[in-house]
Amino acid sequence: MSDPGAFLAMGGYAGFVWPAYGIAFAALGGLAAYSWRRYRASVLELERLQQQRGRRR
Amino acid sequence: MAAFLGLFRRDLSLALRQGGDTGLVLGFFVLAVVLFPFGVGPEPELLRRIGAGIVWVAALLAALLSLDRLFEADYQDGELDLLVLSNLPLELAVLAKCAAHWVATGLPLALISPLLALLVDLDPASIARLFASILIGTPALSLVGSVAAALSLGARRRSVVLSLLVLPLYIPPLIFGAGAVEASEIGDGARAYLLVLGAISLAALALCPWASAAALRQALD
Amino acid sequence: MINWLANPARFIRVSEKAVPWCGWTAAAVLALGLFWSLVLAPPDYQQGDTVRIMYVHVPAAWMALSVYLFVAVASAVALVWRHPLAEVAARSAAPVGAAFTFVCLATGSLWGRPMWGAWWVWDARLTSVLVLFFLYLGYIALVNAFDDPSRGGRAGAVLALVGVVNLPIIKFSVDWWNTLHQPASVMRIGGPRIAVSMLVPLVIMAAGFMLLFALLLMVRMRTALNERKAMALRLNAGAVAPRQPEPEPAVAAHTAIS
Repeated sequence: MSDPGAFLAMGGYAGFVWPAYGIAFAALGGLAAYSWRRYRASVLELERLQQQRGRRR
Repeated sequence: MAAFLGLFRRDLSLALRQGGDTGLVLGFFVLAVVLFPFGVGPEPELLRRIGAGIVWVAALLAALLSLDRLFEADYQDGELDLLVLSNLPLELAVLAKCAAHWVATGLPLALISPLLALLVDLDPASIARLFASILIGTPALSLVGSVAAALSLGARRRSVVLSLLVLPLYIPPLIFGAGAVEASEIGDGARAYLLVLGAISLAALALCPWASAAALRQALD
Repeated sequence: MINWLANPARFIRVSEKAVPWCGWTAAAVLALGLFWSLVLAPPDYQQGDTVRIMYVHVPAAWMALSVYLFVAVASAVALVWRHPLAEVAARSAAPVGAAFTFVCLATGSLWGRPMWGAWWVWDARLTSVLVLFFLYLGYIALVNAFDDPSRGGRAGAVLALVGVVNLPIIKFSVDWWNTLHQPASVMRIGGPRIAVSMLVPLVIMAAGFMLLFALLLMVRMRTALNERKAMALRLNAGAVAPRQPEPEPAVAAHTAIS
């Protein structure tokens, strides 16, 4: 860990180890971000509809 | 039993009549196989090596093509509702339809496969094994396909959904079917492959009618 | 616990509290797991640093199978007891399972290239996991293919149960067939056969993935419930709207005709 270059080189397997972690992060993080955005959108939409309904009453 | 046979005979005559499924499926099968030599080149060596796989994949696609119509027409004109209400258990009705589907498509595919095997230059022993493997494997294709056909009834872009459901489930029969033809060179491996293929068909026979019937019931709910 | 949560209103209340808690724990555990697997864990004496791929690959594979099992059980509950929350749980979990399966396949491919010399081999384990991935995709496509969402849920439930056949094939493919893929070294009878220095980060990462799954499941289920409620409100509003007094209906009709 003392040498960041050696850490990044991953014993010569940098081309395999880092993409593996990158893909995992991209796939799971992407799904998490998408799910969260959709959740926020659903909350806002529900609030909007409920307000609309309240006004009509 | 009479109801079972009646349904079987009705479906079969519908499939076999002029412009029915059998003709279309066989035509597709032949054309699909004939396309390959144009794609990979006409060298007999190469064709002989991949021939069994070509014929099997083409048979899968041809079977897939015919699944679209397994329940669709009956679903559209309300006949399926009558089948659910009739005193023939729905599982047996599915079985009758699958049997008719196999006789109308799987059996002709197997019967014509030796002819196509000649086009890809297989030797007589391989042709016999190919014929046996398609004969044993196609019941599984009809039965597994019936589940997917029932599930996708009424779906948007139905045929795309259907193929997405069916093709992964067709991988095991394909592996062992094509494997049976290729295994021959190493001892009597072919027999083991054919036995596994038979086991797959029997398992499908035992399980798929229930799954299809459940899928049909929920489709008509 | 499951029974108690099976009430949608109670689920919404409990998950409201659980989501932030679960999210921060997942982040902390995953950060610890990453540090451990990338820095603290030793390189393997045979495989060198590529063994670090294992800490993502193996937990992802476990999750791929467990999430499918979860989807299948929830589907069975939805079919047998017609429980609406179970159906929502199944359809919310499937994309997460598909993502884990994809991660498993991709990292396995990146591990296979330096170790076996090939990105992909058609052995039983890889092929059956690929089939699992397609099953997930087929499930997601089927569930979303109907105009009536409950219809899609029920069709998907039947498919999920049919696909369970694939699980034992995946699990035991390395034992039944003589394949390139190595046999299980952690989840085996007689205890794990793996060095503790490697087992620790593996378990931490698996725990992190599990927390991540719980988090995503809750968020996605809440989304689905919200969307369903919004749809009901919209339908309700549509049914009510014509009864609203329109200004001068006769004139409006007249202008519409002309």
